[in-house]
Amino acid sequence: MNDRILEKLKTLSPDPVREVYEFRGDLTVTVAKDDIVRVGTFLKTDEELCFDMLIDLLGVDMFTPENRFQVVYNLYSLKNKTYLRLKVLVDEQDLTVPTVTGVWPGANWHERETYDMMGIEFAGHPDLRRFYMPDEFEYYPLRKDFPTMGIPDSLPLPRR
Amino acid sequence: MSARPADDSRKSKILRALEDTDTTVVIDDPLESEMILNMGPQHPATHGVLRLLVRLDGEAVVAAVPELGYLHRGYEKIAEGSSYHEFIPHTDRLDYLSPISNNVAYVLAVEKLAGIEVPERAKYIRVLVSEMSRIASHLVAVGSMGMDVGALTVLLWTFREREKILDIYDVLCGARFTTSYARIGGLQQDWTKQCTDMLRQFLGEFRRDIDEVRKLLQSNRIFIDRCEGVGVISKDDLIGLGITGPILRASGVARDLRRDRPYLVYDKLDFDVITFTESDSLARFYVRLVEMQESAHILHQALEKMPAGPFRTAEPKAVLPVKERTYTRMEELIHDFMIVNMGINPPVGEAYHAVESSKGELGFFIVSDGTGQPWRMKIRSPSTNNLSALAPMLKGAMISDIVAIIGSIDPVMGEADK
Repeated sequence: MNDRILEKLKTLSPDPVREVYEFRGDLTVTVAKDDIVRVGTFLKTDEELCFDMLIDLLGVDMFTPENRFQVVYNLYSLKNKTYLRLKVLVDEQDLTVPTVTGVWPGANWHERETYDMMGIEFAGHPDLRRFYMPDEFEYYPLRKDFPTMGIPDSLPLPRR
Repeated sequence: MSARPADDSRKSKILRALEDTDTTVVIDDPLESEMILNMGPQHPATHGVLRLLVRLDGEAVVAAVPELGYLHRGYEKIAEGSSYHEFIPHTDRLDYLSPISNNVAYVLAVEKLAGIEVPERAKYIRVLVSEMSRIASHLVAVGSMGMDVGALTVLLWTFREREKILDIYDVLCGARFTTSYARIGGLQQDWTKQCTDMLRQFLGEFRRDIDEVRKLLQSNRIFIDRCEGVGVISKDDLIGLGITGPILRASGVARDLRRDRPYLVYDKLDFDVITFTESDSLARFYVRLVEMQESAHILHQALEKMPAGPFRTAEPKAVLPVKERTYTRMEELIHDFMIVNMGINPPVGEAYHAVESSKGELGFFIVSDGTGQPWRMKIRSPSTNNLSALAPMLKGAMISDIVAIIGSIDPVMGEADK
């Protein structure tokens, strides 16, 4: 199935695929950031692949000078009963990624969570605000430069 | 809200008594103005700390906004600072109604990442405990949903059944609630004869007892009226939102990872995927009720087929040795020390493994940088996703339907907020 997915993706022009990676049977396809909506729409509407469910969407902080962040899309096809991971690389200088809420409405909350935790902004998102943390919180807790113990005074605490 | 002065004749006696030359009382007409109601986070029907903002037009819900995060403990951040073994107790506290199946889901993901094979007996024990926890979790879901809509007896009966499962956990691993039973490469302790006896006794009574619960609700006019046709949502909406578990199956989509992507030994067991087509609160209730019977069916088979053998794989570099040997042998002591202090160091890479938990697809996505701690761990919790269907389900419902709809989603906030 994995070969068939790659074959199908090859038919897109211009070719959006940047890197293909397979580990423990999981297929991960890295695509260009600006192509994510195009690739997502193709994967969802293609009659053979039919990736109709967005199971998960998350951000990863690789803490590298270039392309520090990754956004991972975990897709599932009800028809083929198979998973596919899409990935886009995000540089710290430009933290905007096009939203996929238009393709899978379920991306709404996942993108909010990713924004809350990693500070990645999803352009065109209908309701991009904090998900778990309070609205006035200024930091992004799952970034690697955020200490596990938290930052003093980042949340309003009762004064003496 | 409008500040339209109300007609004098409509004021109550009390309000008229309040008025004098200095004070005037103005009341809005509730039927002609919309009102915002804040439900929770401390509300018994939200099953935890879910906060819900509802815009009401009279008694009808115009729109709803769920707010999460009141139980956010930052488990994904904690995972980055703890070794793979250290994180197992934290998984208990995700979906605290079925802790063992979380343990199993987590170790399956780590084992996939590290490429560890598990003995056959351990796989069967994992199936047993996962199905037991599915029953335990569904019992709470069914009971509390009954309670939410006014049938309190059901809760007492289902908790009586759940208690028996917790007693088996107690004998199995020494804890009733926060079990931490699974280990990477196997289990904490072996399944014993006593557990088999207790489980057989439970299963013997279970069919009759669950039938009593069914009878109590099946012909309960109030229960049916409050759940039937309430919280209806289309199949396509559910798929688009990425909803899994009993909610999706109640809409007619037979998605069950145990059958679609078999893990452990589910491909050797015979069971049905329960689907209903109504996609309302009542259908979700029935999916859970019938699923419990299917789980009991699986438990019978797993008990029959469980082979003898080791319950933990012998892989000294990645799997903790059995405790007795750690205390008595040098080699095992060294390995235990190395694993506890340095971790199991899976290869650089990333893996995702999901199981069908009682709420839906529970998955762990782990990115490893080759050290003893995960670089990034994402918990794909079914409750978070399932709650995103709450707003569309509530639209157009009555205010008293809210509890029946939340109850049918069966969210566990420990998992939804991570």
